[in-house]
Amino acid sequence: MSAPIDLPRWADTILVPAVSVVAAFLVAGLVVVGIGENPLTATRLLLQGSLATGEGLGFTLFYMTDFIFVGLAVAVAYHAGLFNIGGEGQATLAGLGVALVLNNLTFLPGFILIPLGILGAAAFGAAWAAVPGYLQAKRGSHIVITTIMFNWLASVLIVYLLVNVLRAPQNMNPETPAFPPQASIPFMHEVFAVFGIEIPPSQLNLTLLLALAASYAVWLLIYRSRLGYAIRVVGSSPSAAVYAGISPARIIIIAMVLSGALAGGLAVNELMGYQHRLLLEFTAGYGFVGIAVALMGRAHPAGIILSSLLFGILYQGGAELAFEQPAITRDMVVVIGGIIILFAGALEGLFRRLVARMMPRPALARA
Amino acid sequence: MNPADLVTLFDSGLRLSVPLLAACLAGLWSEKSGVVDIGLEGKMLVAAFAAAAASYASGSAWIGLMAGIGASVVFALIHGFAAISQRGNQIVSGVAINMLAAGLTAIVGNAWYGQGGRTPPLEGDQRFDELLFGHSALVYIALLAVPVTWFVLGRTRFGLRLRAVGENPAAVDTAGISVAGLRYTAVAIAGVLCGVAGTYLSVGQSAGFLPNMTAGKGFIALAALIFAKWRAWPALGACFLFGLLDAISIRLQGIALPGIGEVPVQAIQALPYLMTVILLAGVIGTAIPPRASGIPYVKER
Repeated sequence: MSAPIDLPRWADTILVPAVSVVAAFLVAGLVVVGIGENPLTATRLLLQGSLATGEGLGFTLFYMTDFIFVGLAVAVAYHAGLFNIGGEGQATLAGLGVALVLNNLTFLPGFILIPLGILGAAAFGAAWAAVPGYLQAKRGSHIVITTIMFNWLASVLIVYLLVNVLRAPQNMNPETPAFPPQASIPFMHEVFAVFGIEIPPSQLNLTLLLALAASYAVWLLIYRSRLGYAIRVVGSSPSAAVYAGISPARIIIIAMVLSGALAGGLAVNELMGYQHRLLLEFTAGYGFVGIAVALMGRAHPAGIILSSLLFGILYQGGAELAFEQPAITRDMVVVIGGIIILFAGALEGLFRRLVARMMPRPALARA
Repeated sequence: MNPADLVTLFDSGLRLSVPLLAACLAGLWSEKSGVVDIGLEGKMLVAAFAAAAASYASGSAWIGLMAGIGASVVFALIHGFAAISQRGNQIVSGVAINMLAAGLTAIVGNAWYGQGGRTPPLEGDQRFDELLFGHSALVYIALLAVPVTWFVLGRTRFGLRLRAVGENPAAVDTAGISVAGLRYTAVAIAGVLCGVAGTYLSVGQSAGFLPNMTAGKGFIALAALIFAKWRAWPALGACFLFGLLDAISIRLQGIALPGIGEVPVQAIQALPYLMTVILLAGVIGTAIPPRASGIPYVKER
């Protein structure tokens, strides 16, 4: 039973995740039934709300942008054998980086300020991830525990700063003053309007392109570069890495820095692309959804884009669903995320065995 | 600050440390057997919801407690199935438990009561009465769990075996004792204790369930467990210390201290997390978890 289950590569990368996602949706359907609603109606509303209208699609892609970044963040660390559950904290600090850059350099023109804001997000996210990375690499503290603690430290810190330091004096809400107008990343409908094409307005902004570029860059890094190779070696066998002349400590810190920088993309999309100010809890638990996205996408950028799209659909469709059927709240997405993490991450063996049993013998023999 | 104030402060420190203590002991049982448990938060949350709902429906806080424990044990067994039978990643499973609990309690709460995920307010017998010195039975149950945990884990054959499973499961297996059986037992005990912790939150301390009412207490309990270096009596100390810090932070709001000025509440709230990070970095002693914790046991290895 514990012998490794050999599966053809396509089954391993596509079929196993697909089966666990289908199973997750069946369980989610049971929850819908359990609270006395019709799961088929719910699914129809979900898909209509997220894909059927231009506006809905825009929102879906906006959320997808968020999930690509947090998914990539988890994936890069995962390749190095690290489980980074600190995406929330890293994105929160990235938001602080964005606010500090944008609100202190208001005199700069947009084409300089926007890249600086993105760098600020990446730098602060990276710094917040580097500390747990350093502690894991040099002091042997467990990355999971330290990133959990750093999530809470980040939330406590940001509350303090927003209430006492960064808040505009006349504003009652714990949030920074609005960012300078030239620092807003253009909305997609604005960009299209320049070319005379009219698309329905939504939160979707150019950060989506940055997310796709980041996915490509992560693919190049992980599968086509020396550093990526070193990261994967450390992830699969730290002792082999030492024999190969790779320093696991160095790679661990680098992987965490990259991971934190990627988590910063969440702050870019949410704050520079949409909110245009720093406010409390803009990360909204997406850092944890990133774990589900990365596990479902098999930590591969292409898989992450697909699973981000799925979670984007769930998130936007879930909002519409909550509007149509008040009994089903948006928390459904959190439930589905949790089930996917359980199925694709912790119960992987169960589904691999299931798929292996379904496979015809010759296919297994060829593998 | 006069002595009466000090007594009040210690009293509220005790109140605030009770859920931490029960959850921390839950983590102790689980991790001593070799199953890492970062799902303490989630189990507390489902317990808090189930307890409040059952107590509201039945009119008895004790039935609420049973429901809270039941819900928490179900989640503990899901974690156990993933971690023990399926040899899955225990941390991934714990994260899943936390997310599932947060989502499910909010959805079901909203669907049942339509009050934004809250349960209706509990009153009278739906809550735990003061039993002794103004504290409810749950407080004494949690406090009693400390010597019981210490005795059972440290002084009985069962406890010895359970600790051995967390250090060297292969040796226990060789002796003909079921590794899976011991680990399931430990995980279930953790479920019971998280059930007590969650019930205390919604039916003891407050009068009803609020979405996300655990608010990180499960993680503070985890911090306390590391701080106590996986031992029962120090766990009591760590939890009381963290509860006291919480009580102090509530008291200090808006009060200027001589020579220091106003201490930000957040600075005190950050202390448990900060202390854990520093402890884990080996600056103030070392924290060594049970050797086999987090590693699934594979018989043929």
